Amino acid sequence: MDTIIEIENLSFTYPDGQQGLKNIALVVYPGETVAVIGPNGAGKSTLLLQLNGILRGNSKVKICGLPVDEKNLKEIRRKVGLIFQDPEDQLFSLTVFDDVAFGPINMGYSESEVKQRVAQALEWVEMTGYEQRSPHHLSVGEKKRIAIATVLSLNPELLVLDEPTSNLDPRSKWSLIELLRQLPMTKVVAAHDLELVKALCQRTVVMDAGKIVADGSTESILNDASLLKAHGLAPSGELVQLQADIQGFRRMGEGSD
Amino acid sequence: MKHSFIDQYSDLDSFIHRLDPRTKFITSLVFIIAVVLTPASNWRVFAFYFCLIAALLIISRLPFLYVLKRSLVIFPFVLMIAIFIPFFTQGEIAGSYNLWLWQVSVTYSGLFILANVVVKAWLCIFSLILLSSTTKLADLLKGLKQLGIPQVMILILSFMYRYIFVLVDEVMRMRQARDSRNFGGSRLHQLKTIGYMIGTLFIRSYERGERVYAAMLSRGFDGEIRTSHKLSFRQADAYFSMAFCLMLVFSGIIWW
Repeated sequence: MDTIIEIENLSFTYPDGQQGLKNIALVVYPGETVAVIGPNGAGKSTLLLQLNGILRGNSKVKICGLPVDEKNLKEIRRKVGLIFQDPEDQLFSLTVFDDVAFGPINMGYSESEVKQRVAQALEWVEMTGYEQRSPHHLSVGEKKRIAIATVLSLNPELLVLDEPTSNLDPRSKWSLIELLRQLPMTKVVAAHDLELVKALCQRTVVMDAGKIVADGSTESILNDASLLKAHGLAPSGELVQLQADIQGFRRMGEGSD
Repeated sequence: MKHSFIDQYSDLDSFIHRLDPRTKFITSLVFIIAVVLTPASNWRVFAFYFCLIAALLIISRLPFLYVLKRSLVIFPFVLMIAIFIPFFTQGEIAGSYNLWLWQVSVTYSGLFILANVVVKAWLCIFSLILLSSTTKLADLLKGLKQLGIPQVMILILSFMYRYIFVLVDEVMRMRQARDSRNFGGSRLHQLKTIGYMIGTLFIRSYERGERVYAAMLSRGFDGEIRTSHKLSFRQADAYFSMAFCLMLVFSGIIWW
């Protein structure tokens, strides 16, 4: 069977000697949506940056069968759409059009194709008509959508998202989740937000201290309270009662709707 | 957070707004050169320049008060440079003053030069306000690029404009955080705090720069900058620039 991501035995050490990843093995098949969860500093972002060769470890990463190396870099970066956590970093042009067109122009597409791809990408994220706006003037939710459009314009086979719902209010968050659900490509999502994970991903990988400590269906992982507690993803002690109270409160709210 | 922008009124619509950025850039440059080269004694020509720029400002539909306020911004700079001219120019003395140990005198010709420097600076700033308020910065940069300005410069300017407000926001948040913790104490301590803030801002900007670069690489950036869609130079542009330059030349010939 074809794989989208094939990682075996990947380790990575930052230039300052800090160990980022240890013996990572991960295989992702087409059409899957995989969540990567874990405490701060677990290596989630480091792993995501390996997927399109921004960071390279001991060269054990294959994307769509292509090993990530200098020769395949351009092709891999077209296939992998990486969306950074802070849209201020992703959107660096003076107009939305220029930002969404940046990828296609770098790929050397013709002018008419660039225009058509930009229009298509903006339509996907429901932001048609924003072409000449300046990214600085958009709301956080709008910035996130444009940031997604900037990689959709390359028609990627794999979407890699780092904390897509951070800094969003509940309404923008749920509309973004809805948008992501509708996108057909394979997705890898790093997140702290377990609501997002539950709503979007069928499979979940838990990372801690640079290692993958669990990999399974989202349902089984999110129901494994001791696993979540052990890796700082669920409250322990007195806070458990508080969490139960909040959930009960929510259920009450849902009942009265 | 909202800030005021140098191209605040650039999304209005007028004849001037619709001109090609290159036309506007070059005519502004020609205008500034003409103003600077006009001898100080030709007050009629300066009056004509004022009428010309006023007419263009009216056509451009920019709010009058906004233009006036913007234009006042440069006066401190001009005065700082030119305020000493009346004291050091030779000529008929307009007045003498005793300042502590020194006796200083102001000459008529010095005052005349000062007035002329102010008038010239004012005319130039008007033309720059007209340029920057009727052209979107993105379009202006595109125009400059097609006029042969090196891509690196264009890129630096565009990043600067894109991120300056992000930085200003960051500084504002840092100031708020500092003031919420009762900023005070001795002068030395305050200076130290401000030093730390500047250092932090530098490191954050540096790290943001790295992330932006990673975002560029992720979308296939390989060091070469490519751009699409060219600007179009229309007939109106040709007529406008020709009419504008002819007017400048004629005013010079008639009133020299």
